Amino acid sequence: MSSPMSSIAVLDREYLEIRAKILQLAASFDRLERSDGSFRDDARLDLIDQALATVSDHEQRDRAEQVQLIFSRDYQEDWRQEYDLDQASD
Amino acid sequence: MDYFDPHIHMVSRTTDDYETLARMGCVALSEPAFWAGFDRGSADSFRDYFHQLTEFERARAAQYGIQHYTWLCINAKEAENVELSRQVIALIPEFLDLPNVLGIGEIGLNKNTRNESIVFTEHLELAMEFDQQILIHTPHLEDKYQGTRMILDMLLADSRIDTTRVLVDHVEEHTIGPVLSEGFWAGMTLYPISKCTPQRAADMVENYGPERLMVNSAGDWGPSKPTAVPDFIFEMRRRGHPDSLTRKVVYDNPLEFFSQSRGFHFDPPEMPEVETVES
Repeated sequence: MSSPMSSIAVLDREYLEIRAKILQLAASFDRLERSDGSFRDDARLDLIDQALATVSDHEQRDRAEQVQLIFSRDYQEDWRQEYDLDQASD
Repeated sequence: MDYFDPHIHMVSRTTDDYETLARMGCVALSEPAFWAGFDRGSADSFRDYFHQLTEFERARAAQYGIQHYTWLCINAKEAENVELSRQVIALIPEFLDLPNVLGIGEIGLNKNTRNESIVFTEHLELAMEFDQQILIHTPHLEDKYQGTRMILDMLLADSRIDTTRVLVDHVEEHTIGPVLSEGFWAGMTLYPISKCTPQRAADMVENYGPERLMVNSAGDWGPSKPTAVPDFIFEMRRRGHPDSLTRKVVYDNPLEFFSQSRGFHFDPPEMPEVETVES
């Protein structure tokens, strides 16, 4: 199922909203830069950089899902062994 | 548009909120058992809470013409205490045949720990023993993906579980696919900060279709908005979707899912008769 709106209608509707959100981001980064202390080594900054790169990648068709995964802990398939739990109760 | 809110914690809301929900078109809601804002110290606290859910909230909702249903469990946050959890699980059966109890929920994971996993599987045992439907909480933020996959692992490892009687809540873009493709119902929780927005929920309806999909407001202790479902309805209309599609997500689907529970006896609100105006 696709959106009933044309792409230009979506852009018309969301342009100012997108602009406002980008300005919020820009101001947040400015705030970080002019604050005391160092944040460059914080691992969260790397996640933010990855997410920003994903958002601005025009080849991506599932940006929201990809950004979610960037900010997610990895899933370990063998978690039950790690926790020493039985497989199932069949 | 009349709608159901399938996941809203009214114990944390004022009576004014019931009135607002009624004015916005809410005809029924289901309230899963959850955290009280603090960790409870004894199983007796849960017994009192289950009375509140099955009696007091039901009566409070009825004052505004809203039909109140509920789910019982010890939530994932307090499930880290396995001993207390087992005491609470042991007292749940005495409530299961009360009117308006839909099943076991919201069980799930919070920090994806071993203890939470043990209590989750013991809740599944309870649900199987008493032939109950299940409503599931998935973790938030960075824990959601890992926790949702762990929950699906536990559900799919138990051949007794009927996927069509399980609702997995708080799905987002990275978890909705696995939940739906395994045959479960999925709930999108609309929330101002974490979880999902009405716009993103509408995107997911467009991407996945309306089958086995619902939206809810959570309406909990955090900065939540109990009228988030009408916001979703408004977003769908703004995009030009037919009301029949939106109604499937906010009314028909909850009705179909809840109808599988013995405790669900829904009286549809009377629809006003349409009079023909003669010229």
